[in-house]
Amino acid sequence: MSFTGESKGFINYIYERYTNLRIKDITLVFEGQITHQVMKALTGLVEEQLDEVEDDKVLRRVYHVMVESLQNINRHAESYEYRGHPYPGMGLVLVAKNKERFQVTTGNIVENGHAEEIALFLGKLNSMDQDDLDDLYKKQLREGIVSPKGGAGLGFIDIRRKTGNNLDYSFVKIDKETTFFIFTSTISR
Amino acid sequence: METLLIEQTDDSPRIVLDPVDKLFEISGKSLPEDVLDFYQPVLDWLNDYRKEPDSKTIFNIRLIYFNTSSSKMIMDIFLIFEEMVEEGHEVLIKWHSHQKDEDMQEAGKEFEEMIAVPFEHLTYN
Repeated sequence: MSFTGESKGFINYIYERYTNLRIKDITLVFEGQITHQVMKALTGLVEEQLDEVEDDKVLRRVYHVMVESLQNINRHAESYEYRGHPYPGMGLVLVAKNKERFQVTTGNIVENGHAEEIALFLGKLNSMDQDDLDDLYKKQLREGIVSPKGGAGLGFIDIRRKTGNNLDYSFVKIDKETTFFIFTSTISR
Repeated sequence: METLLIEQTDDSPRIVLDPVDKLFEISGKSLPEDVLDFYQPVLDWLNDYRKEPDSKTIFNIRLIYFNTSSSKMIMDIFLIFEEMVEEGHEVLIKWHSHQKDEDMQEAGKEFEEMIAVPFEHLTYN
């Protein structure tokens, strides 16, 4: 993949990965600024689409994973600059399904240093079993504080423990400062 | 103390803290953009109430959804109740969940494990 020259948008960062997946049934795809209002609109859309046709428990989990993932972008995404023009809070979300599972993929820009921290943390979460995850969640709930950005450091932990599935993540380096972070949660149906 | 009433929106719960009618309840959905901003008046009110509470306070949680930052604020509310219990007052948390919402039922049990305040778990259809 090449991102030099004309910008084709964030969707390109995941296009290759997406076409390699055997999931073709797209529930939602969106690229743009992820504001709080946009988060509510997108989660509402998916909720409406899946209501009546999807198992309640699965629907609730897809909804929750979307809320947490999109609020992460809303709070933490670095601004994306193209031709000297900044695009703050830009992100990508793709919700797709097959017979066995839903996948919620998000993409956004992070600082390189932050990318390393995220990779370490998500790797640690993947190596933990359910009891350890529950303990970590409770510890963070008791001891953590809500940051000025509004997060409580609980989102990734809760996605990992509620879905019971490994978190899938990868990074595409953009330049000296920034990296594109791709994060996929899997909800079993 | 004056009643605190916050009306429900599409991303924040309805809150009633009414010491006259002895009704204390949080209901609806909780995923506000700024949880600190939303919950601070609730925490302030409860910290005031804590100084001279009723002999028994029954607090109803009837949420259909809350995000993780809200769970942190719910925890902070429960920690005030824990202090009230330590100070010799009776507090009961009634945790209401939809019958089919196992995750909400689980969340109630998890809070109960973490907090030294009596819980009652109820389900509705």
